[in-house]
Amino acid sequence: MDLNLILAGVGGQGILSIAWVLDAAATAEGFRFKQAEVHGMAQRGGAVQSHLRLSRDPIWSDLIPDGAVDVVLSVEPLEALRYVHALRPGGTVIASQNPYVNIPDYPDLEPLLDRIAALPDHVLIDAARLARAAGNVRAENMVLLGAASTLLPFAEATLLDQVAALFAAKGETLVRVNQDAFRFGKQMAAFYRVGLVEGIAPAELRRRCAEQDPRTLAPA
Amino acid sequence: MEPLVLMGDEALAQGALDAGIAGAFGYPGTPSTEIFEYVQAYRDRPVYARWSANEKTALEEALGMSFAGARALVSMKHVGLNVAADPFMNAAITGANGGLLIAVADDPGMHSSQNEQDSRYYAAFGHVPCLEPATQQEAYEMGYAGLDLSERLGLPVMVRLVTRLAHSRAPVVPKPAVVPPRRPVVSDPTRYTLLPVNARRHWAALAARWPLVAAAMAELPWNELRLAGRRLGVVASGIAHNYVMENLEGEEDLPSVLKVGAWPAPRDLLSRLFDHVDEVLVVEDGYPFLEEALLGALGHTPKPVHGRLDGRLPRTGELHPTNVRAALGLPVRPTLTAPLSDLSGRPPALCPGCPHADTYLALNAAMATHPEGRVFSDIGCYTLGALPPFRAIHTCVDMGASVSMALGAAQAGVHPSVAVIGDSTFGHSGMTPLLDAVRADAPMLVIILDNATVAMTGQQETACSGERLLSILRGLGVDPAHLRVVNPLRKHHEENVRILCEEIAHPGLSVVVPTRACIQIRK
Repeated sequence: MDLNLILAGVGGQGILSIAWVLDAAATAEGFRFKQAEVHGMAQRGGAVQSHLRLSRDPIWSDLIPDGAVDVVLSVEPLEALRYVHALRPGGTVIASQNPYVNIPDYPDLEPLLDRIAALPDHVLIDAARLARAAGNVRAENMVLLGAASTLLPFAEATLLDQVAALFAAKGETLVRVNQDAFRFGKQMAAFYRVGLVEGIAPAELRRRCAEQDPRTLAPA
Repeated sequence: MEPLVLMGDEALAQGALDAGIAGAFGYPGTPSTEIFEYVQAYRDRPVYARWSANEKTALEEALGMSFAGARALVSMKHVGLNVAADPFMNAAITGANGGLLIAVADDPGMHSSQNEQDSRYYAAFGHVPCLEPATQQEAYEMGYAGLDLSERLGLPVMVRLVTRLAHSRAPVVPKPAVVPPRRPVVSDPTRYTLLPVNARRHWAALAARWPLVAAAMAELPWNELRLAGRRLGVVASGIAHNYVMENLEGEEDLPSVLKVGAWPAPRDLLSRLFDHVDEVLVVEDGYPFLEEALLGALGHTPKPVHGRLDGRLPRTGELHPTNVRAALGLPVRPTLTAPLSDLSGRPPALCPGCPHADTYLALNAAMATHPEGRVFSDIGCYTLGALPPFRAIHTCVDMGASVSMALGAAQAGVHPSVAVIGDSTFGHSGMTPLLDAVRADAPMLVIILDNATVAMTGQQETACSGERLLSILRGLGVDPAHLRVVNPLRKHHEENVRILCEEIAHPGLSVVVPTRACIQIRK
């Protein structure tokens, strides 16, 4: 199966770490891939994005054509909206609901989240809370990766192995923290999707998600 | 061999390493930085790799290595080639001895640059054959084969990358590494001695054999003609080929396509394409280089030519599969939503805790009573001082231009005339204009932001920081009474404003050096 993702966030939020895990998983499972990223000036707190394409067949363009993006995976809600115009009809947004406010005209949060929630297929995740629950607030990126994991063509074990490989040099604790962050993200995304199917309004669903303890939330 | 996951920059470097380079030279600049950094991190055998002071010294150092019979790689961003233009323009006249690969990364769309100039014009100007990879694998192969090609032609070879390939990763299958035997050091005393008597002879010889060079480049496997439909022929150069083919996937009425990966462009293949089709679309990222060459001075061709010049593609800016799709006349792909035009932008900004922020706060306070003053800035993180909340600078033109423009403006009566330049940019191109300012004792203030690193491109080693920087300043003849070092911290704000005000009031040249390490290297 082919999959085109845009990874989005603000410079320094760790989207290149998500990309690293996906590249490594693609290599491990014999996929072809191309992954274009942003270096240089924008990394200084600006909007950054990475185009990541996975396929069993040869891939031509490093950039994904507008209308061919399957998933926007964003570590930040405003940054998620920046790329929704490139989604194909039926495409999915997986986004953190935690704003990164480093601009004076950052929009009001609730209406911003409502705009994402108005998209037909989306998941909003309190990545900061789940990352803290896993043991390190910097693991928000791995929460988002976990939340998107069921859309990816990889076995969960492959992804967790690559998360471990990414953090191996930093010690066992960080490996466990990031793997937990991944699991919490995956389970909360499943809870959220079930809620959407049941017709729960997005604002109410965010409130119910906030009540869930990620440690005891049953795997979907 | 096992594939390696590499960015275009890294693939090129790996190719050059596997072809046995003895050294790499360069100056950091997005999107080229990772070429050199990859060689710097290489541990399989000793390869010389120290950052150079600027692109000119880098290219000359590489030329010296080639002169000595060893293979050399030099890398830079497109505007860096302007700095290196002097040796570049002569490098084909002297020719190469050991293989000499000049890797230049262009930045169409100006993601991190002050212009989007197209280095292929330099290749043509300097009679340097040019390769243009479409994929990471080709970047590897051009790095590998480009050094052989350079030795075979006796010329330096340019590899032109663009940002999207430079910074895109994909699996690359490497070849077995070779270390070719060293060629003898050049012994002919006339070959590299460009006295007019020699240079006239070498230049005439280069011009005379240029058709043979063009023929050799035309035969390279990176040029490929695929004749199909007669309605449209597409000439696609480098990465543009990917965007064309992306859009032709699954189409039935395929146009004929000429993929161009080497310059001089393959004349025979172009002729065959023109003979076969009714009209031609030229797709190239950067300037309309091939398109202009095809249209020539007369502006007409045997078949109509479309591209950036007639508006089929945008005249400026980066190509994207989406704008190439429109140029191919294919229907727009449906999308989930229209672009959201009301989103707040998120431009880059100085990091929290950045020493430059404190310097700009102090400078703005010192300049508050001088609305007639101007601040000339330079290339680096501190260029972000142009944006809110600082709005502290009035110019950013090219490496080193802060000091020289401040001098020119001061001599025209602008006061205060202030230059703001970083330590690495000062080492790159600031010393020579400061020498001018010392000799003139120009009434100007030069602020050298010493953060001990090349920050914007990712904290590379700087040539000119700390005591070495101060020694250079004293050595250039800066009056020690007006050479002041300050610590850019919020708690020293009042003192720093006072020192800046004192030096603004000084009727000659002053240099103030705010010294505090980049917050990124402290992490």
